[in-house]
Amino acid sequence: MVNSRYILTTEPSEKKDTRSGFGAGLLEAGKHNKNVVALCADLTGSLKMGDFQKAFPERFFQVGIAEANMMGLAAGMTIGGKIPFTGTFANFSTGRVYDQIRQSIAYSEKNVKICASHAGLTLGEDGATHQILEDMGMMAMLPNMTVICPADYSQTKMATEAIADFHGPVYLRFGRPAVPMFLRPDSPFEIGKAQTLTEGNDVTIAATGHLVWEAMEAALTLEARGIKAEVINVHTVKPLDGKTLLDSVKRTGCIVTAEEHQRIGGLGSQVAQLLASHHPVPMEQVAVNDSFGESGTPAQLMAKYGLNAEAILQKAETVMGRLTVEAS
Amino acid sequence: MIPSDMTAIASQVRRDIVRMVHGASSGHPGGSLGCADLLSLLYFEVMQLNAENFLMDGKDEDLFFLSNGHISPVWYSVLARRGFFPVAELATFRKLNSRLQGHPATEEGLPGIRIASGSLGQGLSVALGAAETKLLNDDSCTVYTLHGDGELQEGQIWEAAMYAAHRKIDNIISFIDCNGQQIDGSTEDVMSLGDLFSKWSAFGWNVLQCDGHDMDSLREAVASGLSNRGSGKPTVVLMKTSMGKGVDFMEGTHKWHGIAPNDDQLEAALSQLDQTLGDY
Repeated sequence: MVNSRYILTTEPSEKKDTRSGFGAGLLEAGKHNKNVVALCADLTGSLKMGDFQKAFPERFFQVGIAEANMMGLAAGMTIGGKIPFTGTFANFSTGRVYDQIRQSIAYSEKNVKICASHAGLTLGEDGATHQILEDMGMMAMLPNMTVICPADYSQTKMATEAIADFHGPVYLRFGRPAVPMFLRPDSPFEIGKAQTLTEGNDVTIAATGHLVWEAMEAALTLEARGIKAEVINVHTVKPLDGKTLLDSVKRTGCIVTAEEHQRIGGLGSQVAQLLASHHPVPMEQVAVNDSFGESGTPAQLMAKYGLNAEAILQKAETVMGRLTVEAS
Repeated sequence: MIPSDMTAIASQVRRDIVRMVHGASSGHPGGSLGCADLLSLLYFEVMQLNAENFLMDGKDEDLFFLSNGHISPVWYSVLARRGFFPVAELATFRKLNSRLQGHPATEEGLPGIRIASGSLGQGLSVALGAAETKLLNDDSCTVYTLHGDGELQEGQIWEAAMYAAHRKIDNIISFIDCNGQQIDGSTEDVMSLGDLFSKWSAFGWNVLQCDGHDMDSLREAVASGLSNRGSGKPTVVLMKTSMGKGVDFMEGTHKWHGIAPNDDQLEAALSQLDQTLGDY
């Protein structure tokens, strides 16, 4: 059963990139709070930060191709009350600057918003050097860090506005390609509160980012076969909403996690830890299996690496099969 | 009553440094002793501060960032002596549950510290961010930073240097502790720094030089840096120092970069340093 509180449509006709949601959200955040400032490492167009730059030139800082300096600058700008949003690709927002984030932002509890586009395989043709698949794991391991990975354009816009009002370091992850718009633009967005998009008692599908729509598609296919899947949009990967996930698996008895990330260190790892401690049930992961990506179109890559609705469907059948076998 | 004899303050700070490092059986006395004169002058004579009511935001205050965080003993001593926290707390340096971590940190809430440092090369970027915020906030105060000369081997320093000149950030005065030493030996042997005056000049900075153990030379550098305001150029001061300054057997060698004196060495060191403000 589709939860109309969150779902706008199950037959989305419009597609938009989540990075544009970030750009729109940043502009709104800038309008609402004069302390919001933005820094960008020579990717203003890619990050869709141009509208903010135009509206608030004195609050926009072009730092050039120097991401380590950008992270330090952002940390320093919080001293005196600014709320810095840094913008570059996810690869250069995390791995390249891990030590700067660790010491100057996370350990120092600075109110910096690390906004990362072109995450994962859907970056596409640029290939594995740019397709970071470890970023959420790296960021989630840092104490004090909140990790958010919204599902579509509207949610990315809402998340961007929400983190401006939230005090503390945040990693906001989004992507390059146009993806279906299926969430209500006025649905409540609460950091740390997962959203149950469909209700069902047969299998839980916990997804984040671009995989949430794929999970919805898988659930609609399952429904046509008489299987009711509960799709949970885990837009906040850290802190994990353990209550919503545990309440669901206590009813369904099995779970599939889905993310555009390595299987080690991402959403699936966190859910496995949660379940092992509180309520062990059969679990399958849709994630990249300890490998780097490659050049290709986003759709080709998501198919090859098993990150689409079809892969989720197969894992759902596998996990429900395990449930039957393990029960008998 | 804030003491006014800078040389006397620096002597007490040097006593604090060797006693703290001895008490912890670890720490970095060499660079700390070498920067005692600069930090005494900044905190007791130059900087506009709110020591009794420390606020993280530091609005309408001068700010200081220690980029080479391993010389925390000199900073902790000066902060305590200046009234940011009780002098007695210096005895907890590097001990479990202390606010005086091995490298400066904000997590324990030690007044005077605004960012963690220790992993080298990050402090200039942070300070420039704070300096730009001051400009945005119409806050006319100055941001001071201190870096080791070995630290200039970190690439991020030069990213920050390029940025500062490009943005014309002239409310910052950065000091480089030019002692020519680093852990593995002299900077000349480990990774020669070349002509630092020319390098910083080429990066678009206003470059000054001074004697880091002569208060008048330091005063002159600060005054010159402050008068540079409005030029659109950031200021860097190449401060010639001697690592381990004030304790003869620690002076001028990298060997005391990061080891603690034993009991006999402590006595020998203290015999060379006047107790001017009372030991903690």
